[in-house]
Amino acid sequence: MNTPIFLLTLAALMGFSYWVGKRRAYSVAGGHPAHLHSLPGYHGAYVALWAGVPGILLAAVWFAVEPQIAEYMLLQQLSPGTKDVPPDRLALLLTDVKNIAAGYNVFREVTPELQRAAQAYNAVFEFGRAVALAAALGISVIGLYFGRRFINTHLRARIQVERVIKVVMIVASTIAILTTFGIVMSLLFEAIRFFSRIPITEFLFGLNWNAQTAIRSDQVAAQGAFGAVPLFAGTLLITAIAMAVAVPVGLFSAIYLSDYAPKRIRGTVKPLLEILAGVPTVVYGFFAALTVAPFVRETFSSMGFSVSSESALAAGVVMGIMIIPFVSSLSDDVMNAVPQSLRDGAYAMGATQSETIKQVVFPAALPGIVGAILLAISRAIGETMIVVMAAGLAANLTANPLEAVTTVTVQIVTLLTGDQEFDSSKTLAAFALGITLFVVTLCLNVIALNIVRKYREKYE
Amino acid sequence: MSNASTTADAAIPRPDLSAARLRKRYAAERRFRLYGIVAVIMAIGMLAVLLGSIVANGYTAFWQTHLRLSMQLSQEVIAPEGDTSRDALRDANYRSLTFEALYGLLPEVTDEQTRRELNTLLSNSAPRTVRDFVVANPDRIGETVEFWVKTDDKIDMLHKGYVDMEAPPERRMIDPDLIGWYQQLVEQDRVEALFNTTFFTGSDSREPEQAGILAATVGSFMTLFVTLLLSFPIAVFAAVYLEEFAPKNKWTDLIEVNINNLAAVPSIVFGLLGLAVVINFFGFPRSAPLVGGIVLSLMTLPTIIISARSALKAVPPSIREAALGVGASRIQTVTHHVLPLSIPGILTGTIIGMAQALGETAPLLMVGMVAFIVNVPSGFTDASTVLPVQVYLWSTSPERAFIEKTSAAIMVLLAFLIAMNATAVLLRKRFERRW
Repeated sequence: MNTPIFLLTLAALMGFSYWVGKRRAYSVAGGHPAHLHSLPGYHGAYVALWAGVPGILLAAVWFAVEPQIAEYMLLQQLSPGTKDVPPDRLALLLTDVKNIAAGYNVFREVTPELQRAAQAYNAVFEFGRAVALAAALGISVIGLYFGRRFINTHLRARIQVERVIKVVMIVASTIAILTTFGIVMSLLFEAIRFFSRIPITEFLFGLNWNAQTAIRSDQVAAQGAFGAVPLFAGTLLITAIAMAVAVPVGLFSAIYLSDYAPKRIRGTVKPLLEILAGVPTVVYGFFAALTVAPFVRETFSSMGFSVSSESALAAGVVMGIMIIPFVSSLSDDVMNAVPQSLRDGAYAMGATQSETIKQVVFPAALPGIVGAILLAISRAIGETMIVVMAAGLAANLTANPLEAVTTVTVQIVTLLTGDQEFDSSKTLAAFALGITLFVVTLCLNVIALNIVRKYREKYE
Repeated sequence: MSNASTTADAAIPRPDLSAARLRKRYAAERRFRLYGIVAVIMAIGMLAVLLGSIVANGYTAFWQTHLRLSMQLSQEVIAPEGDTSRDALRDANYRSLTFEALYGLLPEVTDEQTRRELNTLLSNSAPRTVRDFVVANPDRIGETVEFWVKTDDKIDMLHKGYVDMEAPPERRMIDPDLIGWYQQLVEQDRVEALFNTTFFTGSDSREPEQAGILAATVGSFMTLFVTLLLSFPIAVFAAVYLEEFAPKNKWTDLIEVNINNLAAVPSIVFGLLGLAVVINFFGFPRSAPLVGGIVLSLMTLPTIIISARSALKAVPPSIREAALGVGASRIQTVTHHVLPLSIPGILTGTIIGMAQALGETAPLLMVGMVAFIVNVPSGFTDASTVLPVQVYLWSTSPERAFIEKTSAAIMVLLAFLIAMNATAVLLRKRFERRW
């Protein structure tokens, strides 16, 4: 029995249970539903939950332990001679047997013993899963039986059903916390393994990044291969260029739209800017690599500069374009929140509109605007596709925007999309970069969100 | 307002100094306003350049250069033993049939070496076109049939005018002989750009003229389906709990802060989470729409929760009080009144979240959806790719012809996004209710 059939059968069973429960409720009430505590539908739902929940739980437990059982069964088939090898060899052997089980070719002689082990491994997924899911359905039927028996005129079915719904809601709302927890733990766990090989000080302060050479484990000691400073510098350079484009354009658009533009222009321009925000980043990346980078190269080389074909400038400018709507819509909100009374006061003193904006609205909105810019910076730092497609791979430590630089996100992608052996320093380094990225953006976000919230409270 | 005051002031004699200052202030005012207009024009101009360059690069991909070959489907070549069963017909030698037809058009090409070069004028899908026709119409064997077969992508680029004929021959990236033959065939009126159906019905290919987006589109929709299935119910449950039931305490504060922060976490971090937890810890298969969907649903969850909460907040408290007043339980109040009233808003937020997920690339690279996929995925655990990743993969290909394919794939992606966002806007307009 496979999973979709199980789910369909279970759903059908729950539908049937609902019907049974409702019928039963009518019959125990002697045809007068008013004698019941709850509406008959709740009795139906009550029985359906009795049928569904135990079955789903059992299936979930099976899926959680399935890989462990399969591995245990696999090891049972191996003779002690094959099994008594160092742990890393054993891990390799297990991977190979699993590959045999999946029908792939392996670089190892497939002995009958391994063949048997692979069969045992497969059997857990086929036979074992079928038995477990059948058992889950069996439990559901038992649940249906008991649920139906519990129905009587005094049963407070609605209270019980609502209690279950509430538990489900609480579980759903904790998923956000679980996600954060999962991100922190997974990144931290892998990063700690990385830092046990490469000292953290070297990672944070080393000036030399050359992760691609460390393919064999004995090369890890090669000095300075994992110094991330050039990546941080490259990220900052591209972010700075992006902000140099996005902040003035975004801010002035916001000022124009919130204080000057007639309603009709505002109504057309705002959605247009939102389109800019809705364009996927991979499109920006393609635009940067195909159109902007050659344009930058030709413009500046005709002026006599030497320009790399993957210049930081091209990636930065396009990233800036991407961030414009982010800056403009946030600062628009912020400036609209400045009370009209402040503006009226300035006008009453004889100030022109621009003087009012410059000397009253802008200073009043400044904290909110700073918050918006911080959020935009965090966005720029974490942006991936534009830099993957338009920025380079070489880790140059330079402040020249015409040279190629690489960023943290580019390195994460290149380290993890090649041929992978998951435990190498190379892949672990990606997680170390990942947690750095997460911590930095998290700090920026927390600060920015706090500033914006404080600002809103001030004028509400 | 300021105009009125200046005309009134004009009667009063004043030192010139003030008029000069006023002029300066008005100039500053005009300048400031101009900066605003320039900024808006720049932003919109950039959007126009972006979309313009994509369309300009991509619209030609919807046509593909074809060559008209008439060939005699001779019995001797296709079914020498008279066996016209399906399998026998599939195995016949259509390569020689196709190439002989081509040699017939250019009779001056005779020696082996040059003919081999001439073969590269056709796409290697050309014999397959003939085969598929013969297998479908075995009764036509023996007749002379005209075929439109695909040319190689180099000829396609040449036909579409992407080859710079002014450039020195060695920089044209195409053999001068091929150009000569191409021109002869054009004179014979045998070359034409036809609508490129392969682009919509084919899967990824190393050959640009055979590459299509079907597999990636199916992969995208499978991934989105998983995302929707997971994130919509969870987001609605979470939003309802936080908005209608949660007590105000440290725990719910923590959840709120968490949701707001997750909305701003870089998407690639979700990819790392998917790789470390979903794939390596729980052992889900790499490259599968299931895993991509799980990762994207974690990513879109905060977006949907936030918009669902504001939709719930917009329902006036009087509705709840009325429902509670006639004896509904709190959950009945929500399911019978508050949720139905706020569902348009929730759906709008969900569609916008889905549009975001559809355009997302980076986290899917992390969970291995960058594989070269030739088959349309048939299940949620099959290796597959998605549209934006297909765009990324093609953009890294060296062939000139992939530039237009990439741009065309982007146009399709943008069309989906526009459709989704337009639905969201319509939904909002149609069902928006002011209380």
